[in-house]
Amino acid sequence: MSFRGTSLKDGVKMAAQDGMAVVVNGEERRFAPGVTVAGLLEELGLHPRMVVVERNREILDRERYGAVEVQPGDALELVHFVGGG
Amino acid sequence: MGEGTRNGDRPLEIAGRTFRSRLILGTGKYRSNADMVRAFAAADVEMVTVAVRRVDLDRTKEEGILYHLDPEKVFLLPNTAGCYTAEEAVRYARLGRAAGISDWVKLEVIGDQATLLPDVAATLEAARTLVEEGFKVLAYTNDDLITALRLEDAGCAAVMPLASPIGSGLGLVNPYFIREIKRRLSCPVIVDAGVGTASDACLTMEQGVDGILMNTAVAEAEDAPRMALAMKLAVAAGREAFLAGRMPRREVAVPSSPRAGMLA
Repeated sequence: MSFRGTSLKDGVKMAAQDGMAVVVNGEERRFAPGVTVAGLLEELGLHPRMVVVERNREILDRERYGAVEVQPGDALELVHFVGGG
Repeated sequence: MGEGTRNGDRPLEIAGRTFRSRLILGTGKYRSNADMVRAFAAADVEMVTVAVRRVDLDRTKEEGILYHLDPEKVFLLPNTAGCYTAEEAVRYARLGRAAGISDWVKLEVIGDQATLLPDVAATLEAARTLVEEGFKVLAYTNDDLITALRLEDAGCAAVMPLASPIGSGLGLVNPYFIREIKRRLSCPVIVDAGVGTASDACLTMEQGVDGILMNTAVAEAEDAPRMALAMKLAVAAGREAFLAGRMPRREVAVPSSPRAGMLA
């Protein structure tokens, strides 16, 4: 996966060329290589009990957040419950 | 008749779980979370619906509904609102289940953006898949008897025909079909969507259905907690009236006071 041409989101500490690109909720974000799902959630300020993580279309068991390393190019969906009828 | 006991009513039972309240509320569109919480207390609800959506990564705090509701106190029913295909609805249902609260889902597959009417073929397809995966499926559907029968055959825990389109507040447009669905199905029938005010809720319950699910009628009332109370009373009144068995309709007047004993 090429990092060229990717834009920096506000609040992302790393420079554009650093880290690996991951698509989180449809937006490309950069994270340190080797980051676990738990680490990624923490970096985003999310409580692991409050979200469900889908990685490349597969729901990830909450118990595995600490063990699963995010891979470059992964597509993650982080969802939660919101108001609805 | 035969639904209640002489001293009251049996509780609403869905998939082996019992509920005192026959009113289910949505959690969408309230002016504030505080308003919503007050409304739920006023209505004394035991089950509320929630939607599954992406976390807003720029506002990760205090946004999720779980910051305002205690799943120990109120049973959360995740929905698949906003889904237009069976595949999409199944995906949302699985995400809702992965939250770890239950394996219940309010299945909703929309077929048309303008009316939000359900795609009944896709609903049926998704229902079959989800039942096979062990979900307790409460399926939102049209006021169509045949679809309702098919959803029951598919193993749905409850079938939820609409009173009128979602968010319309038009009330119960087809009491006869709702009555007929209730008469023919063995699983609980919960009327979902379309109720606008308390009289709509009462009239709906008078048809003999097992409960009502509503959101907008309460959330968009000027005083949501007060409307929630009105709905609680209306659902209870309609239920009691159904159990009591109404008098026959007559096209002639019949005096309530004796004809005999009038002065000469």
